[in-house]
Amino acid sequence: MRPFNYSNAGEPATAIATVSANPGAKFLGGGTNLVDLMKEDVMHPSALVDITRLKLADVAKTATGVTIGGTATNSFTANHELIRKNYPLLSMAILAGASAQIRNMATNGGNLNQRTRCTYFYDVNLPCNKREPGSGCGALKGVNRNHAIFGWSEKCVAVYPSDMAIALAALDAVVHVEGNNNVKRTINFADFHRLPGDTPEKDNNLKPGELILSIELPANDFAERSYYLKIRERSSYAFALVSVAAAMALEGNRIKQVRIALGGVAHKPWRASVAEKWLIGKEATETNFRAAAEVELKNARPLEHNKFKVAMAQKAIARALQGAMQGGEYGLEG
Amino acid sequence: MSETGKPISRIDGRLKVTGKATYAAEFNQPTMAYAFPVRATIAKGRITALDDAAVKKEPGVISVVSYKNAPKLKPLDMQAQAKAGAAFLGENLPPLQDNKVYYPGQFIAVVVAESYEQARAAAYKLKVRYAAEKAATDLKTELPNSRKPAKLMGEEAQVNGGKTTAPLAQSAHRVENTYSTPAEHHHPMEPHATVAVWEGADKLTLYDATQGVGLTGAIAAYFLGLQPENVRVIAPFVGGGFGSKGLWLHTLLVAMAAKAAGRPVKLALTRQMMQTNVGHRAATIQRVSLGTDTAGTLTAVRHHTDTYNNLTEFFEPSGKQSLVLYKAPVREVTYGLVKLDRSTPTFMRAPGETPGTFALESAMDEMAYKLKMDPVAFRIANHTAQDPMNGHDFSSEFLVDCYRIGAEKFGWSARSMEPRQKRNGKYLVGYGMATATYPGGRSAATVKVSMTASGDVTVMTASIDIGTGTYTVLAQTAADALGVPVNRIQVKIGDSSLPPAPLAGGSQTTASIHPAALEACVLLRKELTALAIADSSSKLYGRASDEINYTNGNLFIIGDEKKTDAYADIMSRAKRGEMEACATTQPVSGAGLTVPSALCTPREAPAEQNSDDKHYAFHSFGAQFAEVWVDEDLGTIRVKRFTSVQDVGRIMNEKTARSQVIGGVIFGIGAALMEATDYDKRWGSPVVRTLADYHVPVNLDVPPINVHFIGKPDPHISPIGARGIGEIGITGVAAAIANAVFNATGKRLRDLPLTPDKLM
Repeated sequence: MRPFNYSNAGEPATAIATVSANPGAKFLGGGTNLVDLMKEDVMHPSALVDITRLKLADVAKTATGVTIGGTATNSFTANHELIRKNYPLLSMAILAGASAQIRNMATNGGNLNQRTRCTYFYDVNLPCNKREPGSGCGALKGVNRNHAIFGWSEKCVAVYPSDMAIALAALDAVVHVEGNNNVKRTINFADFHRLPGDTPEKDNNLKPGELILSIELPANDFAERSYYLKIRERSSYAFALVSVAAAMALEGNRIKQVRIALGGVAHKPWRASVAEKWLIGKEATETNFRAAAEVELKNARPLEHNKFKVAMAQKAIARALQGAMQGGEYGLEG
Repeated sequence: MSETGKPISRIDGRLKVTGKATYAAEFNQPTMAYAFPVRATIAKGRITALDDAAVKKEPGVISVVSYKNAPKLKPLDMQAQAKAGAAFLGENLPPLQDNKVYYPGQFIAVVVAESYEQARAAAYKLKVRYAAEKAATDLKTELPNSRKPAKLMGEEAQVNGGKTTAPLAQSAHRVENTYSTPAEHHHPMEPHATVAVWEGADKLTLYDATQGVGLTGAIAAYFLGLQPENVRVIAPFVGGGFGSKGLWLHTLLVAMAAKAAGRPVKLALTRQMMQTNVGHRAATIQRVSLGTDTAGTLTAVRHHTDTYNNLTEFFEPSGKQSLVLYKAPVREVTYGLVKLDRSTPTFMRAPGETPGTFALESAMDEMAYKLKMDPVAFRIANHTAQDPMNGHDFSSEFLVDCYRIGAEKFGWSARSMEPRQKRNGKYLVGYGMATATYPGGRSAATVKVSMTASGDVTVMTASIDIGTGTYTVLAQTAADALGVPVNRIQVKIGDSSLPPAPLAGGSQTTASIHPAALEACVLLRKELTALAIADSSSKLYGRASDEINYTNGNLFIIGDEKKTDAYADIMSRAKRGEMEACATTQPVSGAGLTVPSALCTPREAPAEQNSDDKHYAFHSFGAQFAEVWVDEDLGTIRVKRFTSVQDVGRIMNEKTARSQVIGGVIFGIGAALMEATDYDKRWGSPVVRTLADYHVPVNLDVPPINVHFIGKPDPHISPIGARGIGEIGITGVAAAIANAVFNATGKRLRDLPLTPDKLM
């Protein structure tokens, strides 16, 4: 860790102005990822602006859904009555992530801004285009069992680590941000994170200095039929090999609406839109779930060590949809 | 009245849970500075330029120590080191003596500053240029360059090479498969740390996270060129070691840095450094071949291991259990070894048996299935009560009881021979078992016991409690031997200035120090008895010593229990404020340390007790049983319950012993299902770097673990009858789990760990 300035912001505008004025400055939420990255010298901001005292920590009903604050903690959000009742998928996803201690510190905005856990990104002695553009991708021809099977580029094969964001992608959340001079805008969740392309150093489409004020969850008919399935190497405190956020609304036994998002497979939450499209109007049966998963995974491009993810994701999609049919009474172990 | 064996809670438990137990990094000193090491970024080669000008300009920096200015250390010299008890330097590389690099992550410099943060930030500014050479980074790639080592820890490394070829070919049934295990890291909860404090130029105190204060002191003294008695090592509490806390280079580095800075210096390793600088268990590729006749009697056992090392003679001895288990007319145990330019492998909890039992016990399960024999019955049919290599009886051996008790407690009879027969919802359910084994080691040890007139007893020895319960069980032994309550006994360990004891490794602490503690207590009691007998005002005056027994702080006449004399009264009449006794005990073969301590001159010659390895073989045994639930679609394996039956001699404390076995089983679950350090072949460096990606089990991965002890004292190892218990718990666990996975799914997985991808 290198020396840095620390300040505490009282108002969003002050925090945003400070970070906008200094390209080396970063917002500091719970610090559960950024501080680790600083300790390992992967990131070395010259200034941290602590935003945890900003009044952006509410979870509240709106005319069209529910809004969750950018600085509300993951724990508070996951356990909030409005979320548990109306968006159980989000509760399940958040609670599948990290550990209780980390969730108590981590903020919602910070969760969306967290960096990949690709170990080449973390080891400053190895090449990584995300950490040091132009240095090469260590994982492309290296140890890549945890890496992407969708949407990767020769420049970067890292995956995005969040569980929460996979649920937010499935729920078509909208991110409310504010930049310098009170410029506010919204970003649809599908457009929030990026594929690596030629600029893997950019994880998302936030502009410099923009702060996540809140995340809006539109009302939906999924509360009864949603499920978050996470496959990992131990029961807790492990990143997903593959995860699936699945939600459905039925008409009789026909699928009226379906959302499927995958984690652990791409540089951003991966909406399984091919499978979604295939399922609309069909009977909600295991056979159809499996068939939909198969068509989605046809487009997968695995690397040397992660071919297993193709079969795993396929089975996981079918399993998560079954879990959704049972309304989350399925047990978190899958 | 016996305290020994009782499940009493740790006497140091309160200190630990209230944060008052002091660990190495917490021994802050006035005027202390902080060191942060710099690590090499190439696998092999040499440093061509090292520019510390920018570092020295950073705030707070006191000095930069590198090969350019480091104090000269005594060079490696195995004979001289062995003589000085300094053979086991973690890696044979006295630090900073030249510009050569032998693996990625090697310490090449250390920055000393006023604060930890300043030292760390300044260390980034060190400019290093290298001339890299082609490095050997991968076991499989280097196999063609493998050699056949002659010796392994002083023993023959190639046993009966080629002698099983014909018997195997002629066997009615044959199983022959390759099993592989990954590199694993110890990752004790407490990271390694050392605080070095010099007193003048020739006296050094090290507060060190170590498994052996004596060992660390001897090695530090040797390389720093100091008199052994002038190096004091203090480690009252150690947060786990598992084999990683011998003497590694950071301890020498911080002593060198403290000398250069002229003030006390602290050096605490980061988790990342624990991946490269304090050893690991090397990966193995093992080929196991078993032959039987038509009745299922073993005709030959062959176990070949390929593994690697670097900067050490040691390599993973995964054939060990194949020299001990099962009756077979011929067995062959061999090794192939390659040198990798990778950080140094070392001992890790049950070195050898942990990967080795995975291979052998998986193969045994494969053979049982081939024979359509129950795996327990197959093992019992091939049981041996003698050491197969020398024909000696095992000193005390109840392995068949372990199998039978385990099978009954576990409910083994509900297992079906054929896989895929049992389901529970989306899970396939399977049962598996394996044999556990580990040698029953014992070394020489010296213990001093003192008693005040107020009845407070102190037990002193340079042993160590790495979380195992040493404090507690020593108090129990002394309580029984003196007839004093446990709460009047203070235990002083973890200080090299105390009477010498072996390092806490090789599961030998209990077996080594308790006979000496018992002997010292007996000597103390003898002296009290003699004082009473000689004292005309004692009720015991003039009686024979064999008429006298003891209880509750008193001596009394056997059969006339009203005739008593209290220790305190005896001492006060004799005007003795404090009495002490000291004893050294050692096994017959006398291996181990016999260095007399300045503090403790035993009044009697070392008692040569038991441990007669010319007539007996000392081994512990056990049986491990696992139930797994496999979600075949997702590839996930959960261990749902586990039964471990252990034959380890006398149990000194039911609670701490149980904790040792539970800890071993959990370690085994980690090895079975998730633990692995992958390395990138191109750079040779680990791509697993923190506890977030080096997975060890979390609570949810740990099922109810039912531990049962045979509990029969070993009459031949010592008068105490206890063998060690720290390591055997992990052995056989991975095989039991993999065998259960086969029983559940019909899939035989031979490559650890059994992560979900392996079932895809």
